[in-house]
Amino acid sequence: MSVRGLSFYRDRRMIFQGLDLAIERGKVTAIMGGSGVGKTTLLNLIGGRLAPAAGGVAVDGQRVAALSRQELFALRRRMGMLFQSSALLTDLSVFENVAFPLREHTRLPEPLIRDLVLMKLELVGLRGARDLYPAELSGGMARRVGLARAISLDPMMVMYDEPFAGLDPISMGVITKLIRELNDALGMTSIVVTHDVAEACHIADYIYLLGEGRVVAEGTSAAMQASAAPEVRQFMGGLPDGPVAFHYPAGDYLADLLGS
Amino acid sequence: MDQGRGIVGHVRRLGRQTLDGVARLGRAMLFLLRLTPGLPVLFTRFSLVIQQIYVSGVLTLIIVLVSGAFVGMILALQGYNTLVRYDAQSSLGLLVALSLVRELGPVLTALLFAGRAGSAMTAEIGLMKATEQLAGMEMMAVDPLKRVVMPRFLAGWVSVPLLAAIFSAVGILAAYVVAVSDLGLDGGVFWSQMQSGVSVTNDIMGGVVKSVVFGLVISWIAVFEGYDARPTSEGVSLATTRTVVSSSLAVLGLDFIMTAFMLRGL
Repeated sequence: MSVRGLSFYRDRRMIFQGLDLAIERGKVTAIMGGSGVGKTTLLNLIGGRLAPAAGGVAVDGQRVAALSRQELFALRRRMGMLFQSSALLTDLSVFENVAFPLREHTRLPEPLIRDLVLMKLELVGLRGARDLYPAELSGGMARRVGLARAISLDPMMVMYDEPFAGLDPISMGVITKLIRELNDALGMTSIVVTHDVAEACHIADYIYLLGEGRVVAEGTSAAMQASAAPEVRQFMGGLPDGPVAFHYPAGDYLADLLGS
Repeated sequence: MDQGRGIVGHVRRLGRQTLDGVARLGRAMLFLLRLTPGLPVLFTRFSLVIQQIYVSGVLTLIIVLVSGAFVGMILALQGYNTLVRYDAQSSLGLLVALSLVRELGPVLTALLFAGRAGSAMTAEIGLMKATEQLAGMEMMAVDPLKRVVMPRFLAGWVSVPLLAAIFSAVGILAAYVVAVSDLGLDGGVFWSQMQSGVSVTNDIMGGVVKSVVFGLVISWIAVFEGYDARPTSEGVSLATTRTVVSSSLAVLGLDFIMTAFMLRGL
């Protein structure tokens, strides 16, 4: 998958300007950046839910923005996505949520669907929770169900939107392990969007750091940790001030206080 | 955005609001057009439509039955009170039937449906949007317009005329009970006046046409408001309110227009 010269604006505000990145098949690639740099927007552009102003995204040789709705849907069947909110269908049980893509896209007989769903749930360790409803799940469990659903059609690529956000350390460890294992066992390509430095370095084969609409730095996790570039050091070290300023742009402080 | 004070500011705001309103109407129209390719869901996924008819139609049945019965009983009492002055109480059955079949059945059912099922439809779709369930479906290559919106829209459209028919029938039966047992009218006269005075082509079909139009408009407003809602809690609550207000006003306005055409002819 590759992104070439991608530009995107939201309400005339620049999100991306000439963004270039390439994601290798079969690897776990992390896309990092602070809040508001457009990490989720990038996933939406890859999935074709948003259209770029210039440049484009190519997935498996297909230019996403140039696809018809039908072709786009055919491509999406080969992509899985895990939402930050898990986006489970609240009126369906865990079992039915994982079965949902199978029921919508295949005409498989019921016993086969049952077997497939149970296999996916076993992978994420929630076979025993199949009859629960999303409201009865903890955040970590919901995300694992979302993961089982994302891989239910055996996609070539899975996108994870902030998979570690808001989880306790144990759930986080479980998700980290699952992303890595599923990637290696199923031979998928994984794109992990996150601002979690430690977890990203732990599982990613390659890391892109985004800022101000472009790639600020890239490299393997070891290279990133050793990098001397100030942007990288600020992000990786969590320093409050640096190239990314602590203050939101504002007028002169004193004049502001003395003014009405 | 600051639009200034004084008269100029008011005019500007009025202009802005009018333009916004027209733009919304245009968006709603386009939305309806985007829905049409999902029409085959009626044949391919009939179970989804049936499920929604249960949710929006069957579950509205109780309120329609109770309201219909009360409205019928009230009509009987009020009608008798007026008719008896002219010694015309034998026409009570006709009065009740015409009022219900031509006006009150379709209109009151539509208003009840908008409050009970239309608002629920909007809230459900709006919340599915707010919780990214619709986005999730899209990423699973499932079109939410076909999977979620169209079945609800069709179910609402089908339910309103059926509920309106039930409303009128229950109302007439309740009026009969009051007329015969309480007001001492003759049951045979009650039915025979109705039978000779109610025309199938004019009165009953008029009511059916009205309720079909109301069903279409309410379901359209409800699904559009839900799908167009801002994905926040205030956005969903605003959309739900707007569904009830807009569809009630639309029902009454359209009723006036249709009645005018039906009484005067096209």
